[in-house]
Amino acid sequence: MPEGYSEKVMDHFRNPHNVGEMKDPDGIGHVGNPVCGDIMEMYIKVKDNVITDAKFKTFGCGAAIATSSMMTDLVKGKTLEEALKVSNRAVVEALEGLPPRKLHCSVLAEDALKGAINDYLLKTTGKGLPDWKPHEESEGH
Amino acid sequence: MTTVYLDHVAANPVDKRVAETMMPYISGNYGNPSALYEQGRIAAQAIDKARQQVASLINAKPEEIIFTSCGTESNNFALHGLAQANIKKGKHIITSAIEHFSIHHPLKTLEKQGFKVTQVPVDGNGIVKLDELKKAITPETILISITHASNEIGTIEPIAEISQIIRQATGDGRQAPCFHVDAVQAAGVIPVDVQTLGIDALSLAADQFYGPKGIAALYLKKGTRILPFLEGGIQEGGKRSGTENVSGIVGMGKAAELAKAEMKERTALLKKLQKKLMDGLKTKVPTFHLTGDAEQRLPNHVSGCVEFIEGESMSMFLDMEGISVSTGSACVSKALKASHVLLAVGVAREMVNGSIVFSFGKDTTEADIDYLLEKFPPIVERLQSMSPLKKG
Ligand code: FES
Repeated sequence: MPEGYSEKVMDHFRNPHNVGEMKDPDGIGHVGNPVCGDIMEMYIKVKDNVITDAKFKTFGCGAAIATSSMMTDLVKGKTLEEALKVSNRAVVEALEGLPPRKLHCSVLAEDALKGAINDYLLKTTGKGLPDWKPHEESEGH
Repeated sequence: MTTVYLDHVAANPVDKRVAETMMPYISGNYGNPSALYEQGRIAAQAIDKARQQVASLINAKPEEIIFTSCGTESNNFALHGLAQANIKKGKHIITSAIEHFSIHHPLKTLEKQGFKVTQVPVDGNGIVKLDELKKAITPETILISITHASNEIGTIEPIAEISQIIRQATGDGRQAPCFHVDAVQAAGVIPVDVQTLGIDALSLAADQFYGPKGIAALYLKKGTRILPFLEGGIQEGGKRSGTENVSGIVGMGKAAELAKAEMKERTALLKKLQKKLMDGLKTKVPTFHLTGDAEQRLPNHVSGCVEFIEGESMSMFLDMEGISVSTGSACVSKALKASHVLLAVGVAREMVNGSIVFSFGKDTTEADIDYLLEKFPPIVERLQSMSPLKKG
């Protein structure tokens, strides 16, 4: 058993929020975890520059599931600018901490969100996030 | 809440009868076995008896048993001690690609000290490729260390055949390289006979056969030279100094005696449970793919990889149902690396993290397996429904 998951993490792991695929999303972020090889997908719906809905799918550990759940919770209702400011740190804090070895899973959640916003911007304005670089995906994908 | 413990490769309960045998040496007699007075003699006699019991489990002589503190110590001791004792004959060591870290890591250290290590590959079932092993042996080879059975995939290696290859490779009168076997997962679970198998050194640990933790042994064939690891006394024939863990040794002895006496019935039960679980998984979890050899396998072991999902998540959901299992997923490994064993048997990268190991023991029941087979499939379905890899 992974040592040191907070009650909050366990809550989100047990009953993740916003899990599943989204019909006709406005943006999709697909990232592979370069550390352990896991994969996350995030979908957003955007209306008037506001994220009206966010969902995710994750192939990963308890922390990966909990951080994607928390990330989607945190960005719903936020403007794109606000959402971009939600860092992996903020997700970890909202989850009352993560074991150090598991911090990289929260980075994955941040990347997945940025990927989704980038995808949305590309589709709607033809220009993505200025500093967004998709991560190396794990081998085989 | 129901608790179903299916992680016997990691740890085992101490048998009640073993604990009872140990009690007088925990809270009663505290004599140092090296002392000449009465308490010392009692302790020394208890150790003698345990040494016989452990020797008898693997068909060795009592004086060929060296007690150590754990399987890891036995492995480290064997590799460093045998390599250094034979350094004048050569500096080449052979091992397999699927060894435990307590073999691979000391070998890395030995490499840094100038030894050359060859890792022999395994086939898709985890069986050491014998022709490759044969080819790897050179006149420089002084030591060959192969696991008896893997804790991760359960495969039992053809130890007798390997031993023969080693003897034949040096048929010209030269002394054959030392053959060390890491039998921590095997000894006390399946029959291990060091004489018919032709083994020079073998590691075994009490915990695997319901003895206490913190006690293990290294079998060293009479006449085999080894450099001591711990020095400063005369214990264990001077090969492993340090005041003896008397209660632990007594416990290991009793556990060995019981393992030998009850192996037949234990194995019959384990095989039944194993078949039940394998059959059940086949029909109820079609995305579970067995790892290791289906036949040449520890009777208490079923391992596999499940498509599209990750092992830590699986084991956490199982834990919520009171079921304890282990996984070889990168997400639970300290280094966050994919299991070298699963990669060596050719499991695809995206499947490795779906690793799960069910291992049971003499007190596991059919009801336990039924419970697992009831709880596991919905967990797999739930996680697969959350996985971006599973489409549709
Ligand atoms: S997803 Fe692999 S460690 Fe979290």
